[in-house]
Amino acid sequence: MAKTAAASDMHGEQLTGRSQQRFFSAEEAEAFLYPGAAQVDISRRADIDAAPLTPREINLRIRALMKEGYGDITIRNSGAKHSCIVGILNRVNLTVEGSLGYFACGLLDGPNVRVTGRVGWSCGENMMSGTIVVEKNAGSTFGAALRGGDLVCKGDVGGRTGIDMKGGTIIVGGRTGAFSGFMMQRGRMIILGDAGKNLGDSMYDGVIYVGGAIASLGVDAVPAELTALEIGWLERKLALYGMEAPGGVANLKKIAAGKQLWNYDNLEPAEKKLVL
Amino acid sequence: MSHKIVSKSAAETTRQQVIREKEIGQHIGYRYDVNLVPDYARLTPFLRKYMELMGWQDLNWLEDVHLGYEEGSAAVFDRNVNGWVTVPDGMVLPENQQDRDMIARELLIKFQMSQRHPLVELNRTYRKF
Repeated sequence: MAKTAAASDMHGEQLTGRSQQRFFSAEEAEAFLYPGAAQVDISRRADIDAAPLTPREINLRIRALMKEGYGDITIRNSGAKHSCIVGILNRVNLTVEGSLGYFACGLLDGPNVRVTGRVGWSCGENMMSGTIVVEKNAGSTFGAALRGGDLVCKGDVGGRTGIDMKGGTIIVGGRTGAFSGFMMQRGRMIILGDAGKNLGDSMYDGVIYVGGAIASLGVDAVPAELTALEIGWLERKLALYGMEAPGGVANLKKIAAGKQLWNYDNLEPAEKKLVL
Repeated sequence: MSHKIVSKSAAETTRQQVIREKEIGQHIGYRYDVNLVPDYARLTPFLRKYMELMGWQDLNWLEDVHLGYEEGSAAVFDRNVNGWVTVPDGMVLPENQQDRDMIARELLIKFQMSQRHPLVELNRTYRKF
């Protein structure tokens, strides 16, 4: 039986001093894009020759094309340049024919990106939403501080994958290095190959699924049981990117937070009152 | 330096957590399952339309959106304002978390994309380029 928000059992919670007193409006208009977002047509294609351009010029060119309504942009001759395709808060399809350097595709909110080559460190750093698919290998801190969206590497990745991730899904087709999922706070990581030492070290929340061998678990990372809902979700998610778990999804090892590191300071509420 | 993993029973952990909560006067952790993955059989038409427009075959970032609560009211956390947005008290909420989460996702999209979202004003005031 449905309940109103006021009658919900969720009203037992009493936290004070945190609310910004913002409310949803029942009359909110139906809208799907951010105010001010470029109105792009996904069927309109454009190319960028990145060879003579600096990373800043490449990023500005992408923005200019989106303003002109292009929704499908291909970047050629990317030359493994750093910090390309960053800060795009728009729906758009981007294809990179080649490789990118460090901090590629950072701070994205909406785009669907495909990189046919490799990427350097911190690809997809702080991504809010969208999809990034890297066809080959990726460097360290892949998906650092990821907030949302799907970040996929079909090859191997370096160490500290998903460090400090706060949401979203990271999928690694091959192996991942040491300290993957370090200080993970939320979200999901799927590693189809082997995982390096200290997997999930100091993870606060979130889930890691591993298909291969785990060199060792980090502090407070503990094995957990897969649910039927998760198995269905994993099958669906991997199929989206044409990937398969070795031995089937049901054989993935699930790692979650043991929650032994959840420590709260006695003074925290008093401090909050002082601050607020 | 190596770390030793101390294993405690779930009951012991819960007992200690309750004591700790009373001691500090606030709840520890979430009051809903933040790791719950969506049940796609419960997708709403609005969310299907959003996924189609964005070119996604699943809920993408919305998979992490759940209906929570703050200050005694049902609310959704909006990462763009780093705060909770409260659900109107008269709104009817379903019993299970999966259905509540789908409603939370709809509400959040509508709020984030509306002209009254705080980021619109911030953008207008502070935009540099």
